Amino acid sequence: MKMTTLLKASTAALLVTAGGAALAQDAMTGPNGEALAEEQVFVYRVLDEHSSVDPGIVEDVSGSEIVRDLFEGLYNDSKTGETLEPGVALSHTVSDDGLVYTFTLREDAMWSDGTPVTAGDFVFAWRRAASPELASPYAWYMELMALENVAEVIAGDMPLDALGVTAVDDRTLEVRLTEPLPYFPQMLTHATTFPVPQAVVEEHGDAWTRPGNIVSNGAYILEEHIPQERSVRVKNDMYWDAENTIVERVTALVINDENQALTRFLAGELDRTEVPAGQFPRLSEEYPEQTISFPRLCNYYYTFNLREDGPEAFKDVRVRQALALAVDRQVITENVLAGGQPEAYTFTPAATANFEVPEVEMASMTQEERNARAQELMAEAGYGPDNPLQFEMVYNTSDAHRSIAVAMSQMWAQTLGVEATLANQEWQTFLDARNSGDFELARGAWCGDYNEASTFLDLLDTGSGYNDAKYSNPEVDDLLQQAKTAEDPNPLYTRIEEIIAEDMPVIPIYFYAGNYMMDDQLIPSWPVENVQQNWYSKDLYFVAEGE
Amino acid sequence: MKLAQRDAVLLEETMGLAEIRGRSLWADARGRFIRNKAAVAGLVVLVLVALFAFFGQVLAQYEPQHVDFSLMGANAWRGVPSLETGHYFGVDSDGRDLFARTVQGTRISLLVGIVGALVAVVVGTLYGAVAGYVGGRTDQVMMRTVDILMSIPFMFVLILMLVIFGRSIFMLFLGIGLISWLDMSRIARGQTLSIKNKEFVEAAVATGVRPFTIILRHVVPNLAGIVIVYSTLLVPQMIIFESFISYLGLGVQEPMTSLGALINQGASQMNNGTLWMMGFPLFFFLITLFAFFFVGDGLRDALDPKDR
Amino acid sequence: MYVYILRRLAVAIPTILLLVIFSFALMYSAPGGPFNSERPLPAQVMANIEAKYGLDRPVMVQMADYVWGVVTRFDFGPSFQYTDRTVNDVIAQGFPVTLTYGFWSAVVAVIVGVSLGIAAALRHNSWLDYLAVGVTIGAQALPNFVMAPILVLLFTLWLGWLPGGGWAGGIVVNACDPRDSLCWSAFGGAIRLDYVIMPVIALSTSYMASIARITRSSMLEVMNSNFIRTARAKGLPMRRVIWRHALKPTLLPVISYLGPAFVGMITGSVVVDIAFSTGGIGQFFVNSAFNRDYSVIMGITILVGMLTIGFNLLVDILYAWIDPKIRY
Repeated sequence: MKMTTLLKASTAALLVTAGGAALAQDAMTGPNGEALAEEQVFVYRVLDEHSSVDPGIVEDVSGSEIVRDLFEGLYNDSKTGETLEPGVALSHTVSDDGLVYTFTLREDAMWSDGTPVTAGDFVFAWRRAASPELASPYAWYMELMALENVAEVIAGDMPLDALGVTAVDDRTLEVRLTEPLPYFPQMLTHATTFPVPQAVVEEHGDAWTRPGNIVSNGAYILEEHIPQERSVRVKNDMYWDAENTIVERVTALVINDENQALTRFLAGELDRTEVPAGQFPRLSEEYPEQTISFPRLCNYYYTFNLREDGPEAFKDVRVRQALALAVDRQVITENVLAGGQPEAYTFTPAATANFEVPEVEMASMTQEERNARAQELMAEAGYGPDNPLQFEMVYNTSDAHRSIAVAMSQMWAQTLGVEATLANQEWQTFLDARNSGDFELARGAWCGDYNEASTFLDLLDTGSGYNDAKYSNPEVDDLLQQAKTAEDPNPLYTRIEEIIAEDMPVIPIYFYAGNYMMDDQLIPSWPVENVQQNWYSKDLYFVAEGE
Repeated sequence: MKLAQRDAVLLEETMGLAEIRGRSLWADARGRFIRNKAAVAGLVVLVLVALFAFFGQVLAQYEPQHVDFSLMGANAWRGVPSLETGHYFGVDSDGRDLFARTVQGTRISLLVGIVGALVAVVVGTLYGAVAGYVGGRTDQVMMRTVDILMSIPFMFVLILMLVIFGRSIFMLFLGIGLISWLDMSRIARGQTLSIKNKEFVEAAVATGVRPFTIILRHVVPNLAGIVIVYSTLLVPQMIIFESFISYLGLGVQEPMTSLGALINQGASQMNNGTLWMMGFPLFFFLITLFAFFFVGDGLRDALDPKDR
Repeated sequence: MYVYILRRLAVAIPTILLLVIFSFALMYSAPGGPFNSERPLPAQVMANIEAKYGLDRPVMVQMADYVWGVVTRFDFGPSFQYTDRTVNDVIAQGFPVTLTYGFWSAVVAVIVGVSLGIAAALRHNSWLDYLAVGVTIGAQALPNFVMAPILVLLFTLWLGWLPGGGWAGGIVVNACDPRDSLCWSAFGGAIRLDYVIMPVIALSTSYMASIARITRSSMLEVMNSNFIRTARAKGLPMRRVIWRHALKPTLLPVISYLGPAFVGMITGSVVVDIAFSTGGIGQFFVNSAFNRDYSVIMGITILVGMLTIGFNLLVDILYAWIDPKIRY
């Protein structure tokens, strides 16, 4: 019996090798039959060192990018980001009450050390992510998934095995929720839910994620990691879909200075880097084939402090309206940023799936009309040349934020005679000030956790922890509540936007766009449609020159 | 009684001597300084830079914080230096008049340099003079403290303080000044030790002048030469420090600016075809430092008449 | 002499303690913690994290524990930001990098600076002298954060001679083939020299300039002193006068400058690390300061403090050894 299995396995291995060789011969064609470049090595710039490559701990974007390559969860995002593709799970069933999910796992999923990936690995990983012992900052994600008993487990009041996830057998994973979440499967592409190799974690402890120790189940394995310098991952031959993985080697280089990164891109050392704010027009003229711009699921705004002890002036809706009107967004998007960012008059980006941008009055006015209206409102509110409005606007240190803040304060000064003082703070200080309400007007930005309007609008819910303005409107809260169970929530979202446009608790400025310098041979495979930019190196490839 | 009288005469004589010698020393020094062409040129440049920094805004056609929205960001390349538009030095990447900004930046940089050096010099001189004059155990303890403080990486501490407590120009003055008083205190102490044994100090002691008054009246003025030299060389150091802090984004708060901040902002546009954004502030930065170095060297040669 | 060294070392201990306490107090009073993020963490999650790192204990206990760990085990604790690494790992990672380019910078600064200074002094008031003075003042004044991008534009983008940054694997692993002519191996590791060149230029220039200026004025003074005049009057050849008699006293002020220069170079590594992405200690420091990674900040501050003490001591000993007039 044992013999046969072994034989089978080796035959399979032989077949795979043969298949690989065959592939290598007619070689060099991409998924759509493109001719491929000889060298499939991807080098990209990251701004800062990632926090961790431990799926249970990782919390930042650049870390998640690496973790998505090293590990594979139950599902993957498709190239567009709008649908799911099977990962370790092939399919799932949901109980009628929507509370119990049963996943069927694929048989050929392997860890890089050759052991199979089982349902038990997921159970271990999920319990670990929620455990007080690991103390992951992303334990809240487990709470967001509404797993059974998750709060008690995190608090240490219940043992880990009380968590609502069990391995029925090696290929079957059962998950129990406390409330039906229609978007639960979508949540499973997030790094926190990825499996973790129990034996390796237990053997090496915290150091299990170092190259040499780490064992992973994704399309790549970690070869080298020098903090603050580089992190290199290479193709994992044990990955079930290794034969369709084209890029052999992926290197993330930490380069703090975006202009240095740009120079190094131009010198051919990088395949991808960000375009510094304002340089897009020049670069797209000089290097039209290597500059790309696409919409992102993020907004950029300034939030008033509407707390009881906040500035008196901002309690007057006319002042808020006037300030919002007097910001010439076209100047900001076309001059300061100049990378195809859309102007924002609503809180939710237009790129959000199924979201219909409402007709807000401000959007249809010309800037002259807006300025005139703003001046009227300010006068009505009792501010004028002899009684100028004064306040402080806070932003976190960055060249682009500075330019925008400088421009805005001058727009207010030139049209309304408002005296806005600028104050930039370091990120951590800034977060602290914003959370504790120690500000008058503060910059804010939000990237959607998932592709639906509520990921943005939830920020304006009275009870939301991210509602830095402490804006509270019972009608908005009520509409948000209704949207959770509504058949079609989008009209409700549109209505909320209309209320926000009236109340103006925040000043929307623009919506992000991804502005990159990218190797023109890589651009065809880059998932530009994916507004959340959850990309996987295994889906990338470099086409041959001239293709 | 007789003794006292003799003392008084002696004191008068020595004081007079010191005065005569002092005056001729200074006159000599002035002569030597004026003969040093590089130093005089440096001084002239310094005066011009100072005039530019404190009165330059009269010539500026724009307020330093005024943004021309048609010349900012992606259009900044249109803001080339031109006499017609009134942007003599062009505009910066945020569409603000670079001439007005450079005037403002030069002023702030000079202030940071001078105030920083002043803090260092006042604290350091007094500290060193007291340690040297009092001597003994006090001196031991005071100088050991300096040794201890010297091994604290103050630049790192300053970065930490600016990150943590937010930036303010006061913090910058204080931090930069406090880094540099240690050297000054050592120099001042060394000089004090030799001055202490001079007749005029002994005379003052004999007539019962209080120690602190002696330090202020007799010791500190005689440290003036070395202090002046040291502080002229300290000012450019301070300006360089400030530019480093600005590079880390921890410098003065917008819309205020300093030369370091302007250079850094300009340097980030270096390959964007707008070299003037770095060029003008860098020019003022360099000539200011050159001038300070030349004047400092000249002063040292003038006050310390060893032939170099 | 030994007594002197011992006394200096004895002073070092309270200094370091003071440094530890000071940096700890500074960190403790800072607004915003290492675990703040845009999304405020649920209280229970935050509590778990604080318990894990022992941040829920009274501040005095935390400090005592920290000091004890540093003193007895030289253990700076875990990093808050890099979860799979301790502060010791971070330092072991970044420090060799900083030391490598710092060492080369010191070598270049001293050799070039001293030669330039001597040459200028020997041709006092000639065009060479003026040129040297002008160049060195310029080099001292030009900020290295301006020089760094210019170097990269020049050598990487336009000439294509040197890599624009990075450390090619660092010195801890064998980053290159020892048979490669650009490969330099030492301390059990190897580094490709082409990655070192630009950081060294950017870091050493201003110190080279200072050393040149110090050497020049010191040399001028020495050449005018009586014993050199005597030696020259005896008809000794110039070369011999310089090597045998003038060089040693000339170098004295240079040596005492090395202490502050060392501190300056460590500080300067911040710019080098950011500009060239070398991954040295400066980059760790700045990033940790911005991210409130307390333990890394304190570890680096304390380490740099200790090195400063050590290096100053070394310089003083060297000074005493060269200058026979100094007695302790």
